[in-house]
Amino acid sequence: MANRAVGAHPLTSPELAVGPALAAQPPAKPEFLIKDSTSQWADRTFQFAMLACGLTVLLLVYLIIYELTTKGTLARHAFGWRFFFQSDWDPVNDRYGALSFVYGTIVSSLLALLIAVPLAIGVAVFITEMSPRWLRTPLAFTTELLAAIPSVIYGLWAIFVLVPLLRQSVQPWLARYLGWTGLVEGPPYGIGMLAAGVILAIMIVPIISSIAREVMTAVPQQQREAVLALGATRWEMIRMGVLGNARAGIWGGIILGLGRALGETMAVTMVIGNRPEIAKSLFAPGYTMASVIANEFSEASGELYLSSLVEVGLALFLVTIVVNVLAQLLVWSVTRGTPARSHV
Amino acid sequence: MSRAMTLKASQADLSVSLWRRAIDLLATFAAGSAVVLVLLPLGAVFGYLVYKGIGSLNWAFLSQTPKPVGEAGGGMANAIAGSALILGIASVIGVPVGIGAGVYLAEYGRNRLGDLIRFTADVLNGVPSIVIGIVAYGIVVLRQRHFSALAGGVALAIMMIPTITRATEEMVLLVPTAVREAAYGLGVSRWRTTISITLRTAMSGVITGVMLAFARVAGETAPLLFTAFGNTYWNWNMNQPTAALPLQIFVYAISPFDEWHRQAWAGALVLIVLIVVSVSAVRLVAGRGMLKGSS
Repeated sequence: MANRAVGAHPLTSPELAVGPALAAQPPAKPEFLIKDSTSQWADRTFQFAMLACGLTVLLLVYLIIYELTTKGTLARHAFGWRFFFQSDWDPVNDRYGALSFVYGTIVSSLLALLIAVPLAIGVAVFITEMSPRWLRTPLAFTTELLAAIPSVIYGLWAIFVLVPLLRQSVQPWLARYLGWTGLVEGPPYGIGMLAAGVILAIMIVPIISSIAREVMTAVPQQQREAVLALGATRWEMIRMGVLGNARAGIWGGIILGLGRALGETMAVTMVIGNRPEIAKSLFAPGYTMASVIANEFSEASGELYLSSLVEVGLALFLVTIVVNVLAQLLVWSVTRGTPARSHV
Repeated sequence: MSRAMTLKASQADLSVSLWRRAIDLLATFAAGSAVVLVLLPLGAVFGYLVYKGIGSLNWAFLSQTPKPVGEAGGGMANAIAGSALILGIASVIGVPVGIGAGVYLAEYGRNRLGDLIRFTADVLNGVPSIVIGIVAYGIVVLRQRHFSALAGGVALAIMMIPTITRATEEMVLLVPTAVREAAYGLGVSRWRTTISITLRTAMSGVITGVMLAFARVAGETAPLLFTAFGNTYWNWNMNQPTAALPLQIFVYAISPFDEWHRQAWAGALVLIVLIVVSVSAVRLVAGRGMLKGSS
């Protein structure tokens, strides 16, 4: 906070810089003390240069919005809102509808959350509240290493390790015991919505758990001690004292993970099957908004085709922005020292 | 009478307590198994990378260009060089702008405009990489009328800037005001203080931010698909389509050829080693530096 006062520079006016005492002894005065117009000019130029860099950030976001809206105009005029509510994607006849991509993106992301959230919270709870002190840093570092692995390597691993595993063991087992729900039926290809959900889950666990750890650490120690003093066991202390107070922030982490899952491209493209259809079964192949751009953008020949893909990109951009801003606000509400609320 | 009641009460207490203790134990067990379940894929990914990658990794892989389908041998040397070229372009554009924006936020950004830039940088950080690819396609590829290393570099630079900006701001703000005031007290001008004193003090932290941004974009594939595009030959011209390591891994991984699959694993091993080495180097540097604890 104190740094913010730096703006008040004590030596900006020339008569202050070259005080009478200094001016009286020219030889003792090092050159850099001279506060002339050149130096002021340099200061101002420097500030402008830094400002220009800062404004570049604004310019970039403006460019993103501008590029996406202008290049998507054609599709917007041709289809309007119907674009997002019809599912035929037919480049040959120049008819485009993004519903199956929207569906694939939402289902794969929700599936990923379903798997990742309990795991991530478990990891965060274990690291912050249960693990011995010496194990904390190594565990935190290792789980965060998961976030450093590039998407394309997850995809590679998923194709050759995860998909065969799903096909041979997991999917037959799921079909036998949960087949009656209708959600897991049909031929077990391995590749499909389920594989996409699982690989996405692995990729977003470190994001959710690192935010959860951050907000759980922000819960004041007195909260824990108070609950313990009432005779609670450790788990009761975690549930009431920690999770209850950190709840908004953990939601923020979950939504941040959702944002990442919605925009994730490569790993999903490699295992989801890339077929624009809406199927009830999680075993069936699907397609996501990011994948269709990745697969078809560089070979989209017609103008309407390209414009439709950009429109899909615009929708993806807007959704991730909303999701990320929401997540940011939730995390701030906890880490910015708001008074802890009762969890009931 | 009253004694019997106390006894009964304490027995009830004990049974509740046993139940609660069982729940506590169960929760501990559940959290512990969550950790194991999360570490399992991590181990599996690294294990398979080493196991599958090391067999295909040889000198030819690191020194030759890809061979046509059906011929054994060949390598990804041009893709490694292409990645270096693209990342070089990205760093040349992204690092100065990112650091400059960070300095602006820390030194001059205590106002509405600063808040706006800060918020925008966070927004930019969350934009999906594939969308950045579309934008780089629009602003570079469409102008040049062909795919190029430059377009790939611009896409990656856009992704580096917000990370570097926020890291630089954080690090520069950690520099004590007294250090700046000492410089001002000697009559050093403000720009000189910022460059030679403040930034220099925060240097190890700023380098950490830059390296993390670099490691993050080094493995990016999606924004390169329709900017750098890929190339099976050597290319050092930044106006020409260029191969990149992640791109090559992707193309080989989804191909139907076993030989290419093996090369994809080797490429992935090279990529992960590069990234892990740079991230750990950063941890080491940041751990020794004066501004640790904030990375």
